[in-house]
Amino acid sequence: MTHPVIEMTGVSKRFGKLTALKDVSLSLGEGEVLGLMGHNGAGKSTSMKLILGLIRPSEGELRVFGHDPSGAEANDLRLRLGYLPENVQFYEQLSGREVLRYFARLKRVDHGVVDTLLERVGLAHAMHRRVKTYSKGMRQRLGLAQALIGEPRLMLLDEPTVGLDPMATRDFYAMVDELRGRGVSVILCSHVLPGVERHIDRAAILGQGRMLASGSIDELRETANLPLVIRLRTPLAPELLAERLQAFGVRISQGVTGRLELAVPTRNKVEVLRVLLADGQVEDIDLEPPTLESLYAHFDGTIRRESVTEQVSMSANTGPEGVTV
Amino acid sequence: MNNLLIVAGKEFRDGLRNRWVLAITLVFGLLAIGLAYFGAAASGQVGFTRVSTTIVSLSSLAVFLIPLIALMLAYDSIVGEDEQGTLLLLLTYPISRIEILAGKFLGHAAILGVSTLVGFGVAGGIIAGFGSVENLGELVAALALFILSAMLLGWAFIGFAYLISVSVAEKSRAAGIALVVWFLFVIVFDLALLGLLVGTGGQVSEGLFHYLLLLNPTDIFRIVNLTFFEAARTQAGLASIGADAAFHPALLLSAMLAWVAAPLALALLIFRRREA
Repeated sequence: MTHPVIEMTGVSKRFGKLTALKDVSLSLGEGEVLGLMGHNGAGKSTSMKLILGLIRPSEGELRVFGHDPSGAEANDLRLRLGYLPENVQFYEQLSGREVLRYFARLKRVDHGVVDTLLERVGLAHAMHRRVKTYSKGMRQRLGLAQALIGEPRLMLLDEPTVGLDPMATRDFYAMVDELRGRGVSVILCSHVLPGVERHIDRAAILGQGRMLASGSIDELRETANLPLVIRLRTPLAPELLAERLQAFGVRISQGVTGRLELAVPTRNKVEVLRVLLADGQVEDIDLEPPTLESLYAHFDGTIRRESVTEQVSMSANTGPEGVTV
Repeated sequence: MNNLLIVAGKEFRDGLRNRWVLAITLVFGLLAIGLAYFGAAASGQVGFTRVSTTIVSLSSLAVFLIPLIALMLAYDSIVGEDEQGTLLLLLTYPISRIEILAGKFLGHAAILGVSTLVGFGVAGGIIAGFGSVENLGELVAALALFILSAMLLGWAFIGFAYLISVSVAEKSRAAGIALVVWFLFVIVFDLALLGLLVGTGGQVSEGLFHYLLLLNPTDIFRIVNLTFFEAARTQAGLASIGADAAFHPALLLSAMLAWVAAPLALALLIFRRREA
């Protein structure tokens, strides 16, 4: 029973001359949540389509629930699969409830579950309205309800939080946690997902069709060796602090809100804190470990040879991703 | 099989909801009644004319209208869902591409079939009720053949619409190609045959000519309805040549059926081979 839900070994995918995915290996276990990150055209959508069996790999081996997703058992696999496409769209002239009933019938699920699902994503009040009248957030929630039809064991969610307000985003992550608790495997695919770290077991970062890094957040932090940021409110002069901390490789700069910002190598975290707190002159202190965004920027930057700062400002832009191949 | 009916059912309900069924039915019904009643206006009288005249003028108008309606109804069936993004989602469901396409075709065929049957059927009833029909049997037989061939004509062009729909990536392009297809089959083909006839000084063998007419479903439709009324031949233009050929109606209807099946089969083949 321990064989992985998804097993991708050395998979490449070419569209004519374009190589969309090159030698990517990936595995996902039962009840695991994987964050799949990458810029536009990095190969996220291609990976998703491969797993969904919509396209076949040009090279390499791909197994979903132990079978070829585009093979003879595809229909069987698809009964156990939930997918939320990026910028999900539905039949505008149908009501939310009619849309879900249609998809439920196709998934051979009794349409009694539809109302429960609509309730669950907070759309019960709008289920008789036509999808045409739905806001972006409501469509996204309808998309989620759609992906949940038939209690899938594997869920592929492409940009799931785009268009959701903060409350709905929180509800969404609570749902992801609950799914994981029930042993459902989830892939969250995103350009960038602020605050996602706490909800995923592992992250995989794609860039230009290649796997740049994958592992738990801690492993990624270790590999990237990015500094921890400490923000201080203190009457001490920056020069004095710099002198005291010089042994630890700390960089000091003036932060935006009149605080000092210290970039500290993660391995020296405890020593630096000890020194800072020793003389009682620090009034307030704030710790920020490298975020997934900065990790993503780091790994992405190493392949793109672009400055990290530019990447951070780019990844802060949460606009919807363009249509990718 | 079940999936097929689910998709077909949705497509048909969509057709009811967006008033396609209603609109087509009304157009067909009014057209038939109008032609029956005002058909003889040119000769200075109104009132229901002879059944043969009605069917002949009806078929020469329907031959333009039905292909256009069928193409408009179905040209975006696949490419529209592709552009909208719902096709991608549909393909991740436990349903095969053949079931998606064939299901949609069944739905569209039902929309057009029901509209044709109800529209022309009700019109036929009104003509029988209010007109002075001398031979009711003849009316029923002529109308039945007309409705059947009209359905087949519509389905053939729905097949063309599907072929277009799976072959292009944009809806606007599909619409443009649909218009060209309509123009080619409904107008250009006949003109080209006429040109051939005139250009060769009538030297084309008659047998060959009859078979050339079978290459166009709209001509078959004309022939089917004309052969039924030998007397109407003189008004029928080019297709009356076909009427001489004495093709059996069953043969003609089978040829039309082939025109339904061929484009649809090709569309299925293309759709199955296509990558998402």
